[in-house]
Amino acid sequence: MITGFLLRALEGKIIIAAAILVAIGLLVPALNLLMPPESALHIPTYIVSLLGKYLCYALLALALDLVWGYCGILSLGHGAFFALGGYAMGMYLMRQVGSRGVYGDPILPDFMVFLNWKELPWFWHGMDMFPLAMAMVLIVPGLLAFVFGWFAFRSRVNGVYLSIITQAMTYALLLAFFRNDMGFGGNNGLTDYKEIIGFNVQADGTRAVLFALSAIFLALCLIIASGIVRSKFGKVLVGVRDAESRVRFLGYRVENIKLFTFVVSAMMAGIAGALYVPQVGIINPGEFAPANSIEVVVWTAVGGRGTLIGPIIGAILVNVGKSYFTGAFPDLWLFALGGLFIFVTLFLPKGIVGTVQQYLARRKDFARAADSDGARTDVKTEPAPAAAE
Amino acid sequence: MLRFFLSTLLLMLSLAAPSMAQSDPTSLFNALGKADFKQAEDVIGQLAASADPRIVPALQAFGEGDLYVRKADGAVFIAKPAGADLALIDPVTGASAGEAPKSAVTKIKVNNTLRRAIRSALGGLTLLSPDRAVRLAAAQAVLQSPSAENLELVEAALAAETDKQVKARMEEARAVSVLASDRSVEEKRASIATVASLGGREAIGILMSVSANLDAGLKPDVDAAIAGIESKLLFWDMGQNIWYGLSLGSVLLLAAIGLAITFGVMGIINMAHGEMVMIGAYSTFMVQQVIRSHYPDLFDWSLAIALPVAFLVTGAVGLVIERGVIRFLYGRPLETLLATWGISLILQQTIRTIFGPTNQEVGNPSWMSGSFALGGLTITWNRLWIVLFSLTIFFALLALMKRSAFGLQMRAVTQNRRMASSMGIRTPWVDAFTFALGSGIAGIAGVALSQIDNVSPNLGQAYIIDSFMVVVFGGVGNLWGTFVGALSLGVLNKFLEPSVGAVLGKILVLVLIILFIQKRPRGLFALKGRAIEA
Amino acid sequence: MKEKTTSSLLYLDGVSVSFDGFKALNSLSFIVEPGELRAIIGPNGAGKTTMMDIITGKTRPDSGDVFFDGGKIDLTKKDEADIAQLGIGRKFQKPTVFESHTVWDNLELALNRKRGVFATLFYRLTETDKARIEEIMTTIRLTHRRDELAANLSHGQKQWLEIGMLLAQEPKLLLVDEPVAGMTDAETAETAILLREIAKTRSVVVVEHDMGFIRDLGVKVTCLAEGSVLAEGSIDFVSSDPKVIENYLGR
Repeated sequence: MITGFLLRALEGKIIIAAAILVAIGLLVPALNLLMPPESALHIPTYIVSLLGKYLCYALLALALDLVWGYCGILSLGHGAFFALGGYAMGMYLMRQVGSRGVYGDPILPDFMVFLNWKELPWFWHGMDMFPLAMAMVLIVPGLLAFVFGWFAFRSRVNGVYLSIITQAMTYALLLAFFRNDMGFGGNNGLTDYKEIIGFNVQADGTRAVLFALSAIFLALCLIIASGIVRSKFGKVLVGVRDAESRVRFLGYRVENIKLFTFVVSAMMAGIAGALYVPQVGIINPGEFAPANSIEVVVWTAVGGRGTLIGPIIGAILVNVGKSYFTGAFPDLWLFALGGLFIFVTLFLPKGIVGTVQQYLARRKDFARAADSDGARTDVKTEPAPAAAE
Repeated sequence: MLRFFLSTLLLMLSLAAPSMAQSDPTSLFNALGKADFKQAEDVIGQLAASADPRIVPALQAFGEGDLYVRKADGAVFIAKPAGADLALIDPVTGASAGEAPKSAVTKIKVNNTLRRAIRSALGGLTLLSPDRAVRLAAAQAVLQSPSAENLELVEAALAAETDKQVKARMEEARAVSVLASDRSVEEKRASIATVASLGGREAIGILMSVSANLDAGLKPDVDAAIAGIESKLLFWDMGQNIWYGLSLGSVLLLAAIGLAITFGVMGIINMAHGEMVMIGAYSTFMVQQVIRSHYPDLFDWSLAIALPVAFLVTGAVGLVIERGVIRFLYGRPLETLLATWGISLILQQTIRTIFGPTNQEVGNPSWMSGSFALGGLTITWNRLWIVLFSLTIFFALLALMKRSAFGLQMRAVTQNRRMASSMGIRTPWVDAFTFALGSGIAGIAGVALSQIDNVSPNLGQAYIIDSFMVVVFGGVGNLWGTFVGALSLGVLNKFLEPSVGAVLGKILVLVLIILFIQKRPRGLFALKGRAIEA
Repeated sequence: MKEKTTSSLLYLDGVSVSFDGFKALNSLSFIVEPGELRAIIGPNGAGKTTMMDIITGKTRPDSGDVFFDGGKIDLTKKDEADIAQLGIGRKFQKPTVFESHTVWDNLELALNRKRGVFATLFYRLTETDKARIEEIMTTIRLTHRRDELAANLSHGQKQWLEIGMLLAQEPKLLLVDEPVAGMTDAETAETAILLREIAKTRSVVVVEHDMGFIRDLGVKVTCLAEGSVLAEGSIDFVSSDPKVIENYLGR
């Protein structure tokens, strides 16, 4: 059963893409650690962290693409799942600080001492245990997505309405996390981490491993996503996107299909957030800002929604652009981003990968048409079901 | 009274001064120069008993710490700064007594007990003033610091009083004094009723402060009076909350009403709607800049001038957006959402580049400033104008949609585009102008919001989610739904705020709306039927 | 659950529903026997589509009974997915197929197999399923276009593909809304043959405006108007009814 799923997942280009990701995940840290700093091939640590950040964004975009590109649910709140995963990791890292904080309290993180709190809130208990914290990275975003989706999909909130309430969801969380008495550090969020499972978070080696993990998790999620969209379930998913009522009248429970996808996607976003936090060294409520979530949408749109490689390429391209612009012409970045939104929706609705695929498919069609003209006797074509990717 | 005599006696002994001199205000003031706080209180009582209106300025000066004693002879003067020195004024006659260097005099210290004594003495003294305003203020002063000492004075003044309003206030002052005195239980009971009729927190304060010294038999009366006042206060608090809620609701209505047209009627998700509001606010700023530098007399008219300007500017921006971007995206709501978000980023950054990221100062014309009381409510003029303004805009728009030829065309196009176009309606232009109208109204909203909010490039962001919530909550495509939605969300917000705080209240409202949309996906005023199919 | 003793496959009695005061169905009663092919005619707004909405669970009736399968199942208590799984298939007025899937995939999705999330996630195409899809493709005459995206099919082919998907669902009752709208005469004639073939093994209800097509079908006809049944019987009987002529045909 699982092998069938995996075999389908690893068909074609996905195995190449996953292999490339794993190779990058090993090569970049190697060049960082093994090459002497003066070598031309040496990659400085800050670049490693920057690239690691891009990979986390790519995973977030992939997660969004699963619900938007394949299921037609435009979530404007995926940043919330990302941030929740990040906060779960942040809480673990805060607990690891121990008595090395400014106030030196062995249990309480600095901000709690600062707020004059006497004991740990209940939801901070156990977050010093790595396995539990990592489980929370999946459970918290997954649970939020489950509860939210359960309500929304059952009452058939659709299209733009759904987009708007996902935006309201992340906005409500933004307001909530800004409050000091929520117990997540308020405005400043969680920062000043010291170590992760015993390794110094600042050390080159740790950074390199985190980068490698980002690449590997991205590859893993890519394979899972590929398995999902290439299964019969994935075909139903696309059916929901294109003709929801037809799927329903065929006897499928559309709400369950959406809910499953939404929860899986939220968990992927949570993983992305958890990998992101130790690499950038901070998580704060700003990650919940609705604008962040919409930016993820544009990464996905640029790369090509409804393709698996597209969002990864899109996220990396847009963020490289962002790093460049905000460094070189800080005032122009928002113009460029705004322009990108308009350009993509007007002129590149399928995104980069989608447009290239369309072009290739058309060329193949012409070739086939020419073929069958030449040999009219053979009407039958190969029975292999064409994959969406 | 007995206490007075005793203390006067004590004072006489301690000061070892001739008793006859004590009734003379001048010597009483001079006695202040040597008295400690306790003694000073008694002296003030004696001054009050003298009922000499001439001493009022000196007592006032004492309360303000402007009474000084001359070191050389112990004489007491009112002193006002005159250059480096102090100008001395005789406390009783008010005649100038020359100047003295600061080192030659010592300030007579006051504490809060003394200040209270002074206030009450002044209250008594000025009750008989020929000036109506002074009497009124005096009655008020007695009211605020009840003491039995004033009672006889108040009663005397009351007997002589002819002015109705002053008399009423004096009655209240008398009631307060009666409660502090040793009058009969019946008289006190009547007084409690009088005080209770005053209402407000003040009356509760007075009743609380006197209740400790009252007969046990009066306790239920006081409690009932306090309970009565409290329930009335609760009522006014509720009224005030509703008013705040309506005021917030009218702001939401202003922000959402343009959206009700672009989103509700045309189905366009315009994420740049908030930026239209922002541009409207900046238009107001520009208009005021021009007026400030060229026609300062017209400042009170600045908002009236800004309205058409903002409408035209944002309407034009809307027209350009519709023709340039949105018309290529009809029938693709999610793409429209993304493209207009991009537009909103560009508009924000444009304004930031031109005006800078900081808040701009937009002034309130005189008729927008200040407040007035209505029963137990405090109503600020700017909020009142904004409520009225939003209602005006709403009903004007309703009339436009229902009665005008343009409104008819607009409804025709949104209901059946092909049919409308075959009837000779130029559907593309109806689209464009409908969108421009929605944007223009957002601009007008910006004029109003510039009066109560910070005018910065982020102004619009604060409203966009709220506006969408209002339209979705009210029911898309229904102006009345937007109206009811905005006002009820406003009131709900303000009722949640006192118990859970502003931020949590807002979160709760968002959560409630999310749950509500899931219960009724088409909003409050949803149309039902086969025709509506997503 | 309520039960009704009836031998009929579909049983509607006194069904009413109104939208904002407009009575779309007015105490409609309607019965379909197992294996029956039935045609429904009626002017626009007569309630034909609303009736299908009620049967398939898309709309809830304000009052009245809707039973399925010999009165065993109360359809007013079920939602669309339940009803589809019970064996009622529905073809929409506008052909609705999955345009970004191939003909083959469309049929594979429609196949009457377990429809749960995990069942579909780990589903593998078996030989019997393959044979079944081949069979349906032959029935709907689309074997030569099996790998074509549904979006690239002609209008008539889409209609057929949708009928094929309903067949793959293996329903007991098939509701077909205007199957020949926009078809050429040749396609219309073929569709009539196709529907008669299908009706051999299951009940079919066809809503259609095309009187020629209904004559081709040669079955019992029900005429609806203003939300209730106006006349019922053979096509000649119904079309000579003065009320039907006044309400529908005469116009």
